[in-house]
Amino acid sequence: MSDATGPDTFDGPTPDNALRQAQKTSGPMLAADGTPLKKSLSRALRRQKMRALMLIAPLLLFVLITFIAPIADMLFRSVENQIVSETLPLTTEELGSWDGEGMPPEAAFEAAYYDIFLAAERKEHTRLGTRLNYELTGASSLFRKSGRGLDDIGEVYQDQFEDLDENWDEALPWLELMGDPEWLAEQQEWVAEGEEGRQPSFELSEGTADILPRTAREFAVFAEYTQDEERDNLLDEEPWSAVHTALYQDLSSGDVSSYSGPRADMLQAAAALVASPDFETVSFLDGFEEVDEDWMEPPIWRTIKLYSPNYTSGYFLNSIDMQLTPDGIEARPENQQIYMLLFQRTLFMSLVITFSCILLGYPVAYILSNLPMRSANLLMILVLLPFWTSLLVRTSAWKVMLQQQGVINDVLVWIGLVADDSRLTMINNQFGTIVAMTHILLPFMILPMYSVMSTIPPSYVRAAKSLGATNWTTFWRVYFPQSIPGIGAGSILVFILSIGYYITPEIVGGTTGTFISNRIAYHISSSLNWGLAAALGAILLAVVLILYWAYDRIVGIDNVKLG
Amino acid sequence: MKLTKTLMASTALTVAAGAVAAQDMADSMTLVSWGGAYQASQDNAYAKPYAEMHPEVSISWDESSNEAVAKLRAMNEAGNITWDLVDVVASDAMRLCDEGLAMEYDPDELLAEAPDGTSAEDDFGDMIVSDCFIPQIVYSTTVGYRTDLVGDTAPTDICAIFDLEAYPGKRSLEKRPINNMEWALYCDGVAKEDIYDVLETAEGQDQALAKLDTIKDNVVWWSAGADTPQLLADGEVIMGSTYNGRLFSVIEEQDQPVAMLWDMQVFDLDGWIIPTGLPEDRLARVKDFVKFATDTQRLADQAAYISYGPARQSSAPLVGQHAELGIEMAQHMPTDPENASNTLLYNYEFWADYRDDIDAKFQAWLAQ
Repeated sequence: MSDATGPDTFDGPTPDNALRQAQKTSGPMLAADGTPLKKSLSRALRRQKMRALMLIAPLLLFVLITFIAPIADMLFRSVENQIVSETLPLTTEELGSWDGEGMPPEAAFEAAYYDIFLAAERKEHTRLGTRLNYELTGASSLFRKSGRGLDDIGEVYQDQFEDLDENWDEALPWLELMGDPEWLAEQQEWVAEGEEGRQPSFELSEGTADILPRTAREFAVFAEYTQDEERDNLLDEEPWSAVHTALYQDLSSGDVSSYSGPRADMLQAAAALVASPDFETVSFLDGFEEVDEDWMEPPIWRTIKLYSPNYTSGYFLNSIDMQLTPDGIEARPENQQIYMLLFQRTLFMSLVITFSCILLGYPVAYILSNLPMRSANLLMILVLLPFWTSLLVRTSAWKVMLQQQGVINDVLVWIGLVADDSRLTMINNQFGTIVAMTHILLPFMILPMYSVMSTIPPSYVRAAKSLGATNWTTFWRVYFPQSIPGIGAGSILVFILSIGYYITPEIVGGTTGTFISNRIAYHISSSLNWGLAAALGAILLAVVLILYWAYDRIVGIDNVKLG
Repeated sequence: MKLTKTLMASTALTVAAGAVAAQDMADSMTLVSWGGAYQASQDNAYAKPYAEMHPEVSISWDESSNEAVAKLRAMNEAGNITWDLVDVVASDAMRLCDEGLAMEYDPDELLAEAPDGTSAEDDFGDMIVSDCFIPQIVYSTTVGYRTDLVGDTAPTDICAIFDLEAYPGKRSLEKRPINNMEWALYCDGVAKEDIYDVLETAEGQDQALAKLDTIKDNVVWWSAGADTPQLLADGEVIMGSTYNGRLFSVIEEQDQPVAMLWDMQVFDLDGWIIPTGLPEDRLARVKDFVKFATDTQRLADQAAYISYGPARQSSAPLVGQHAELGIEMAQHMPTDPENASNTLLYNYEFWADYRDDIDAKFQAWLAQ
């Protein structure tokens, strides 16, 4: 469209004048039905887009739900770390104000007691132990022991209160003391009606939290756990010993003489007992020391503090042989560094495998595409036959071929090329992995090459030759450039497949021929360190994406043809 | 009014308790095991007799035990447990228990007592290493050697693995630190009772790796139990560690020139766990099956198909002959006094703590 602002101002129905006219009226161009053309056009386009979207919606949804979402969820685990702050909420809060020097204050022990007590009831303490064991060896059994051992603290108080008055080990007196009377009436009504419907959720009576702050908190935790998680009738369940511990703490630090609500006499008697010199107490410090002396050392506390945030870079650091320490990020001890080596090895071996596939596959694809249909099909079946055989069978076959007492070595010894006592080591090392994987991935190289080569018109080659080119020039200048899209497609397929391969390296790789994927598999299925596996996987994914991007910049992704 | 209600409720409960056995049980069950000869032995000794007694029950097997922990965790996260009873090694049972994925049980309630009236808890004794673990068999990781390839003096102790002068050639060891580290320290002069105290320290771990380093170039590392039997049969290695049942089948069933070196065999346990969160009817069926499958006779029956020792004391005298070969099985049990003169027990507690740490070092050492 020419610009309509030129100096010529002829009158008449010229295209420029029409444009000028349109600009002069300054309104937008209108469609036949009077709406602005732009709007009506975009509406039509939107409708088309929606229709297209509707058509692909089933596939899109399927891919989203079964592919993207699980991968995103898995990758998210590489930074996720809520387990520490969710299992030890009070402790992480206490440790927040601790400077990490020396031992934490006693308040942290108190908080840890209540947290671990509840976690043990929920059977979550060992899970946390497993998590922290990734960072600090010994945390696993420390938490397992503590789950059982910390009961001893509370039982000291529970027993004494119970000896004083049996009501301290009954459900109803506790509910009368702690619960809101209206709620209690509702609860009793609910029981009388045969426990149908929802159990009225527990409410603290007014003012209890002021006189007995810890007891109120712990009792509320107990009530919530019983009602919501165990789904038991609160009237049937006597409180656990953490509540008695809390009661002791409140009675020893506060004054309850002003309390006059239900069960006041019971509470006053308990207060008198706590005040008497005979009352046996256990400090939280001693209780923890009794369970395990590791609690008396700073490392466990530092680890908890270090990993209390909800998200952590710990897994990612771990996967590049670094670690998070209280003093900042450090390299791991040299005898534990493995992942960078494995990443390099994976990339190196994948490249070697890709190039071997190109070298071996190119002539095969060339012959296939130049043979008459009938014999090409026969050859094609030979290429595909191993492709249809089970992966494990093919890999095991390589074992038979390559091992020291295997076919190849036997033949070499028989010919006399190799002495019997110095048979070649061709398996359980990099060589074995490269050979077996080249064989396994070869069809992925040949097939795209073949499909590209069979579309190259033979007349081009004939034309080049008739113009005087030598065979080599014809191939190199005419044929080869046209086959590059096939090489590109095959290389991407083979490289990306091999970078994530794990069964073959596991079987024939020995120690020097394993990939990073073998470690990922180990952490997924054996050590259960899914966070680390996710971090390793995320890095691998990033590497592939970067390489893909580089490939696009250098070769151009438009140059890839799968068929 | 209230009294009658309670009475009615309790009668209803008693009736229900009786009826549960017959009516409220699921009529299908998915058992998870290791596949191969071991699963076949379980099928023959437990599942088939049970199916005969309860023709309405269909039992299916899933060969996923080696990744049971990961799969159960995934099932639990998805909230859909498709397995009813899972066969795992004791260390995995412990981890499943730690993660809350396996159900804690009461031995005396769930398991049948011995014929002489000994309670199940006493009969299984120390074998119940975790609150969730229902022991089944004792197996061991031990070393087998090629009788024709080790020269004139056959090895008699575990340290033959580290003796390249007397026994030149390749040996196969499992590609994990467990067992190998213990053997290395033992052969480096550490007393048996001190092994784990030494292995706790960084120096001790280095010491074990240094000992392993002396044979590193002559080791083929295996990750599947079938590897060592194949390597031995092909003459790829002259000796190698694997499970005693695998060696039994190489020696007795396949007639290979292989012999067992029982010295310092490492005892380990294998058994069932019940996943948490099963619906009532499936749980009832599983409990019924477990009671049957772990009674004294059934555990002894299993030994007719595979050379693993029953985990119940009362089963040992009942162990008879191999179902097909007709040979006496008692002498092939890892627990037989002849074989068990020098043994090690897998230290579950230790490896639960140190597995992550030592494995990182071990794998880094391997990869170098």
